[in-house]
Amino acid sequence: MNPPPTSYTEFHPRWYRSPVSAYWWLRSGTYLAFILREISSVFVAWAVVYLLLLVRAVSRGSGGYRDFLDLSANPGILFLNLVTLFFLAFHAVTWFNLAPQAMVVHAGGKRVPGVWIAASNYTMWAVATVVVVWIILG
Amino acid sequence: MADRITLQVVRYRPEQDAEPTSQEYDVPCPKDWVVLDGLNYVKDQLDGTLSYRWSCRMGICGSCGMTVNGQPKLTCATFLADYAPGPVRVEPLRNFPIVRDLVVEMGDFMRKLPTVKPWIVRKEEKPLAEGEYRQTPQELDEYKQFSMCINCMLCYAACPVYGLDPNFVGPAAIALAQRYNLDSRDQGARERLDLLSDHEGIWGCTFVGECTRVCPKHVDPAGAIQRYKLTAALDWLKGFFLPRGAR
Repeated sequence: MNPPPTSYTEFHPRWYRSPVSAYWWLRSGTYLAFILREISSVFVAWAVVYLLLLVRAVSRGSGGYRDFLDLSANPGILFLNLVTLFFLAFHAVTWFNLAPQAMVVHAGGKRVPGVWIAASNYTMWAVATVVVVWIILG
Repeated sequence: MADRITLQVVRYRPEQDAEPTSQEYDVPCPKDWVVLDGLNYVKDQLDGTLSYRWSCRMGICGSCGMTVNGQPKLTCATFLADYAPGPVRVEPLRNFPIVRDLVVEMGDFMRKLPTVKPWIVRKEEKPLAEGEYRQTPQELDEYKQFSMCINCMLCYAACPVYGLDPNFVGPAAIALAQRYNLDSRDQGARERLDLLSDHEGIWGCTFVGECTRVCPKHVDPAGAIQRYKLTAALDWLKGFFLPRGAR
């Protein structure tokens, strides 16, 4: 939607328009947290690619899997995966905390408090983690 | 506590300044003085040429929004003593053109607001003889939070998306659209969705959330926009999977 452009006003002949700095996101902690949350999507994408590489390696047999492990032991990949782990956790926590603002759930004619919605997300996260750990170690 | 504090006030006099400058004023700082009291002291006692907007002095009219030490604030609800020993920097609201000193041009918001139809839309009015449109307290609670907006535009000043793309409809206007969408008496949700389900509408919002943090009336515009996105996404899915009659 494009509203009509600002027209000339007789009594305000020279408005001053402040330019927006390219570094506006450094102006406050919340802006920086937002930008980090957006950047975290790149690492989420890498996590998906890495998982697909693992699936491909497994489908190629023990040799392929061994190559994948060698690739994963590369210091560069190891560092990238550590950073990815941090950003994945940041991505999950920030979105779980924002979920109550986007979701309105009613139960028994009453609105479910936002903290319960966030808590249910964290609970599902914990359950999924336990299941994965059980599969790996069990 | 210091009995005086320095106000660093941004001045812009279009007839003589090429760009805004800063001017310092020394004002009293009693514990019950807000930033607006300090500006009124400057205007009455020190410099009558200072221009700024204010009206009710009690957080209702939404006129006195300014940037105080980098944060969008209602100056009638921001105490000077909280910034002691100072200085307190007072600037116009960000993301708006400056007309003079602390006065910004708000025509953009005023033009956008009616486009979202912030009133009750009825497909068909029922006859007066049938009485008023009744509402339960639960139905009122659905939209009451969003009806508290006083159009102070602090949310626009806090929104980087609006700063970077002035065509974005913006937080307050979308929250007000949602206020009427959630009103049980309203039947205009479809008209508003067609208008706002757009890149310059709800999809322009990247959920920075700063609009909600700065809102002096706890309206939660960011929440309104995300709920709107959910509605729009479900509507799109229904349109994709269901025949027209079943939507």
